[in-house]
Amino acid sequence: MKAHLTRRYLFSASHRLHSAEMSTEENRDTYGKCNNPHGHGHNYALEVTVSGQVDRATGMVCNLADLDGFVEKQVLQRYHLENLNTLQEFARTVPTTENLCVEIFEILQRGFRRAHLERVRLEETMMNSFEYAGPDGAR
Amino acid sequence: MVYLTRKAEFSASHYYHNPEFTPEENQRIFGKCNNPNGHGHNYTLEVTVKGEVDPRSGFVVDLKQLKEVMHREVLDAMDHRFLNKEVPDFFGQIPTTENLAIAIWQRLESKMRTAQLHRVRVYETPDLFVDFYGEA
Repeated sequence: MKAHLTRRYLFSASHRLHSAEMSTEENRDTYGKCNNPHGHGHNYALEVTVSGQVDRATGMVCNLADLDGFVEKQVLQRYHLENLNTLQEFARTVPTTENLCVEIFEILQRGFRRAHLERVRLEETMMNSFEYAGPDGAR
Repeated sequence: MVYLTRKAEFSASHYYHNPEFTPEENQRIFGKCNNPNGHGHNYTLEVTVKGEVDPRSGFVVDLKQLKEVMHREVLDAMDHRFLNKEVPDFFGQIPTTENLAIAIWQRLESKMRTAQLHRVRVYETPDLFVDFYGEA
């Protein structure tokens, strides 16, 4: 039997939305308050969904300790209480939550082998959230 | 096609243990969840059904009937129970959230009348949930 398991994590980070390809006015028009040069922060909520056959011996899709360990080391330690604009992956890419969502999906896709990665969902605030399921993914 | 989701809550205890594993393996794989005295959760169940809207009633499913089925098949059997010892579904398998979602699907599937069961979602905590879509 195939099941989907979703785990939710919290982290906080700051960012500034600013594109080097746009003029000062265009940046201000496009990003509004988010273009404030000193940046601002969010409490992000991350949901990681993996899937697979439920192992008969353990009753699990994957051991939660493995997923938690991977996310803690590769995602939370990288982003929690950081300024996203200072990180290598956002040196040329604007750290919107869209881009952060894709980045986290790709970190998991590259390194987590214990179950199939279905989807990453990222809440920036209680009012908006973003989902990515890979280049060919659908909800 | 319209999807309708009904929520319910129940509280139960469980522990994770495979008699085919050694005590050391059980401890290593299941950690704290291996405590034989069990521990509990407040589970939230979301049952999603799908179907065409009936032109006369405007319903996908009679919500009252769905609620009754969920109460009879799931809550009456599992609420305030020790899953390993009191719910037959788990006499031969470990009551993980995955197996709980599958067991609830199996209890509900044949009881659906007008609508078709689409998804069973079981939250063990607000930070952990399992979805089962009836896939083999």
